[in-house]
Amino acid sequence: MAKTRAIVITGNGTNCETEAAHACRLGGFDEVVIAHLAEILSGEIRLDDFHFLNLTGGFLDGDDLGSAKAQANRLKNAVVAGNGEKLVEQFTRFIRDGKLILGVCNGFQLMVKMGMLPGMEGGELNQTVTLTHNDSGRFQDRWTWLKVDPASPSVYTKGVAGLYLPVRHGEGKFVTDSPETLERILDGRLAVLTYSTPDYRESSMEFPLNPNGSQNAIAGICDPTGRLMGLMPHPEAFVHYTQHPRWTRESLPEEGDGLILFRNAAEYVRKNLR
Amino acid sequence: MTNRVEIALKRNVRDARGLRVKREIEEFLRLPVAEVRTIDVYTVDAALTGEELDSAAAGPLSDPVIQERSIDKPIAAAFDWGVEVGFRPGVTDNVGRTAREAIEYLTGRSFQPGEAVYTAVQYLISGELARTDVERIATGLLCNPLIQRFTILSGDEFHRQGGFPAVVPRVAETVGANGRSPVQEIDLEVSDEELLRISREGVLALTLEEMLIIQAHYRSSLVRTQRAGVGLGHAPTDVELECLAQTWSEHCKHKIFSGTVQYEDAEGNRQEIKSLFKSFIQQTTKDVREKLGERDFCLSVFKDNAGVIRFNDDWSLVFKVETHNSPSALDPYGGALTGIVGVNRDPFGTGMGARLIFNTDVFCFADPFYAKPLPSRLLHPRRIYEGVVEGVEHGGNKSGIPTVNGSLVFDDRFSGKPLVFCGTAGFMPARINEQPSHEKSILPGDLIVMTGGRIGKDGIHGATFSSEELNENSPVTAVQIGDPITQKRMFDFLIRARDKGLYRFITDNGAGGLSSSIGEMCGEVGGCRMDLALAPLKYPGLKPWEILISEAQERMSLAVPPEQINEFLAMAKRFGVEATVLGEFTDSGVFHILHGEETVAWLPVSFMHEGLPPLQLPAKWTPPVNSEVEVEVKGSYTEDLLKLLGALNICSKESVVRRYDHEVQGGSVVKPFTGVANDGPSDAAVVRPLLDSFEGVAVAHGICPRYSDIDTYHMTANAIDEALRNYVAVGGSLELVAGLDNFCWCDPVLSEKTPDGPYKMAQLVRSNQALYDVCLAYNLPLVSGKDSMKNDFYDGGVKISIPPTLLFSVIGKIEDARRAVTMDVKRPGDIVYLLGATGAELGGSEYFALHGGVGNGVPVVDTSAAYLRYRAYGRALQAGTVASCHDLSDGGLAVAAAESAFAGGYGMNLLLSELLWCGDTAEKNDATLLFSESASRLLVTVRPERSAEFQTYMADTGFSAIGTVTEAPELVVNGLNGNVVVAAGLADLKEAWQATLREL
Repeated sequence: MAKTRAIVITGNGTNCETEAAHACRLGGFDEVVIAHLAEILSGEIRLDDFHFLNLTGGFLDGDDLGSAKAQANRLKNAVVAGNGEKLVEQFTRFIRDGKLILGVCNGFQLMVKMGMLPGMEGGELNQTVTLTHNDSGRFQDRWTWLKVDPASPSVYTKGVAGLYLPVRHGEGKFVTDSPETLERILDGRLAVLTYSTPDYRESSMEFPLNPNGSQNAIAGICDPTGRLMGLMPHPEAFVHYTQHPRWTRESLPEEGDGLILFRNAAEYVRKNLR
Repeated sequence: MTNRVEIALKRNVRDARGLRVKREIEEFLRLPVAEVRTIDVYTVDAALTGEELDSAAAGPLSDPVIQERSIDKPIAAAFDWGVEVGFRPGVTDNVGRTAREAIEYLTGRSFQPGEAVYTAVQYLISGELARTDVERIATGLLCNPLIQRFTILSGDEFHRQGGFPAVVPRVAETVGANGRSPVQEIDLEVSDEELLRISREGVLALTLEEMLIIQAHYRSSLVRTQRAGVGLGHAPTDVELECLAQTWSEHCKHKIFSGTVQYEDAEGNRQEIKSLFKSFIQQTTKDVREKLGERDFCLSVFKDNAGVIRFNDDWSLVFKVETHNSPSALDPYGGALTGIVGVNRDPFGTGMGARLIFNTDVFCFADPFYAKPLPSRLLHPRRIYEGVVEGVEHGGNKSGIPTVNGSLVFDDRFSGKPLVFCGTAGFMPARINEQPSHEKSILPGDLIVMTGGRIGKDGIHGATFSSEELNENSPVTAVQIGDPITQKRMFDFLIRARDKGLYRFITDNGAGGLSSSIGEMCGEVGGCRMDLALAPLKYPGLKPWEILISEAQERMSLAVPPEQINEFLAMAKRFGVEATVLGEFTDSGVFHILHGEETVAWLPVSFMHEGLPPLQLPAKWTPPVNSEVEVEVKGSYTEDLLKLLGALNICSKESVVRRYDHEVQGGSVVKPFTGVANDGPSDAAVVRPLLDSFEGVAVAHGICPRYSDIDTYHMTANAIDEALRNYVAVGGSLELVAGLDNFCWCDPVLSEKTPDGPYKMAQLVRSNQALYDVCLAYNLPLVSGKDSMKNDFYDGGVKISIPPTLLFSVIGKIEDARRAVTMDVKRPGDIVYLLGATGAELGGSEYFALHGGVGNGVPVVDTSAAYLRYRAYGRALQAGTVASCHDLSDGGLAVAAAESAFAGGYGMNLLLSELLWCGDTAEKNDATLLFSESASRLLVTVRPERSAEFQTYMADTGFSAIGTVTEAPELVVNGLNGNVVVAAGLADLKEAWQATLREL
């Protein structure tokens, strides 16, 4: 049986590669590689050799031109050494091959700014939504309750009603380019995660439950296939109970809420991609 | 060709930056404004086609969902006043650099030398303001004139002129004109007055005595003969003089800590101390290590950029805390940002290089609500607060290093200089490529390699500037702006190069730049030959001496064996990191610097490092006598408690802490905030550096400058005790814990400006004495530290000196992080214990400060009793008997109990009659029991069914049960007479604690 393989891309300001790789391993991937973008651009490592691609948190290029903007530009324009292929072609082929991409925080920002999400144009990379400055104008590190849309096509959230995860961002406010785009996202049940009340019943626009003022409290979205997903909260930051802010006073299961996303990804790869 | 690209938010998009500026104008300057909108301006000074410019504006420079763009045509429309703020020439422009790279990717070609992108921000203000108001907004809020320039236009002017003019802040070329050598000789055969003038006007910070030592060196006939051999004249070059000034600066040389002190105590006993550093700090470590014997865990102390201790057989732990006070006073944002990314390079440049696992921050400010007049050169404390907090936020968050522990300390004397302490811990394999990772060496013939950022005029004279008054001509170069991303890229590359064994030695380029890093590396190997003309520059026109001492950021210096250099350089190129060979290390005994073919500096290594005789420092201790503060006897202290909870030194710092990512890297176990609503203040942090292990690192600190008004001996003892008890409270092990000292003093050297030098010097001696005594008692080896000795403001009239301040940090191990304990009470019915006795020790307390005094009865640490208590508590904790534990510090028992209760969401009922008392019972009263800050005390809650076991562990260590945790959300304290002396709802207590800094 072929091995399930996950890749975590790092470099140029990505910060969460270690814990993202750890989460992939715990989630059940047989092999996990942390690849510096330099190693991909030099042709040493190819995305084609993996099933699950992690674009994880950080401050790509310092978010200097707006979060992840410079990296989106780099990925679109950079050429891989050797065969002259543009890196973006490796990405579109990865998507076309039915593989999985999870973008967390800065990785989510990168996915929307590259136009990978919400991905309603059938493979065209075209930006229709964005993530911008929190209404508070401030970076926030705080834990949030996330209500899961059970009808969403996301392969990552199967069997999950709610998640408790930390957000750690200054630019997490989800905004669409038009009411029509928002409508299409909602109609397609692509708004997988919304910031909610602690019982996961009601989505919330109230600070601090909704830490950034996102439209319709959207915290994470997927594409219509459910294979590409991005979210502002950090699932890799809660895979063990000791990461929970109240573990010394609550009785919690060994595993943290975020691990299920990686388990579901591994499960999907095992069933569909080997 | 110069083009202006403007990017504005679409009209319906909330302008968070504009809203923040509007609020700050209203709050800080009390000016009415209707609206502030902002526009980003990119001035592109490069040969691009119109099409390329269009796609740059449409692509990387703007976000089509929320922004609109315009090229060479202003976007701004209806507004009353416009202010455009950009950088001055030579100041690091991170966004401009990223924009340039983005355009290079887009066009597929590199910028030519001299081409660049410069950024600016337009603030468009609507409101009825006069030009003078707008000038106040520009200089008081939007712009730091030291590093930024601004243009103000009224709406009318803007329309008449067709917008703001394009400004290209290119650095003017100043060298090489008229074929003159870029190196000057400086004639030292002049009068003493003239020598002092040379030092002063050159910002060299050399004293007359030091200038005379240099003069004598250059008179030596041997030196003259040797210099003639390399084509140099009798007089020193500017490169040499600048290099010596930097090497001998207080900042780099620690002349006060290595000086000879004549100390006289209060009884008139005299003592000569040869080097405080050797006699106390190094001696502490030496004696503790001897005491520990086989249990000694120190691996590398004092000799490297940071201290290294053992974590387990496979891993070592690295720690360093630095200060960045003077730069933060001038430019709070840039100074603090540089402080954090600068200290990151210390553990990274320790041994063979360590991965960075967390940051710690402690800031000392004046009251941000300060409303009295300030000397004109000082920034308002609120601006310093905002700038420093934001600088450290950007530095830490962008570097991907969690900020896990810290505090904010307030005292109005910090208006003279804020203290900005930044610490970083690192983690490295105990052995790398079969060699111990904490050791390194250089061999003659190894190549001098500089990696990372380029050299500019930023940070020139940073090392010598620290003790100088501000002046109009020097500031632009004295401060730097850090660039976390360039550094992050460099670290990503270097950690991989480390594992491949591609270098032999690594160190940081900090204060003093290459002069310092290569100078120190010369000390390791015996000499060097370095060509400054090879150094990569940000822009042309730097003089050789500027290249040598520039403190431009994000650079490491390495020794690379010649056989590895090709692989090293090739790998750097692939990772997009600049690496340059500047020369080679030698064993010639000479620091030999060239610029092209020409020798520009030739300094014997022994003269650089050992040429300076010790300072002679008088010190005389006269204990101060403060007026006593009357403790008012009253029926209820609830109001006092509410006020104390809202006091700046006690209140919640959550508005700041939440801006720091404290969880990145995934190892966070005890976070800064804890409890039922995630808002109770933790005593210390616990982090798991290895995600597949439960071995943890615990880190904590102590700082109590208020006690310096009584006696710095006790200030120091209390700071160390506070650090250790915070560490112990969460479960840190006493078997493996090390200390780190950061002294921040006001100038203690007797001079015209400092007539009370002997007193301040005696304060320093006493602090060192306590450091030795307490660390020895606590088995705390000191592994690293730093001193900053010139924390005064003096404009010729007003002098503001900070209170002598020791930040004491501890780092150690918690064997099983799952045993960690937090400070929030856990459940009703639990028994509340107070470990340790309380005495009449309100001197220097927050309670006395609330009543406007200092007093004299400073808390005295009983180290032997405390150590037994901490050890017993550690065992009780390991056995799982402890439900919660909170340390008692500022505000004493009442504050600690309130915090534990509202963090846990349950009340407490306490009996003051049950507290252990220490001292004269005549002084025992409710207020003292509630608010005394007696040292070494912990407030613990225990489940009733575990209480017998807990008490067995704690037997004979001085503790008592003082009450219970209650279901009712109320703190009730019964006084000595049985009457209720404190009664308050948890919501009210928490509100008082949270309100003060909530909106900042």
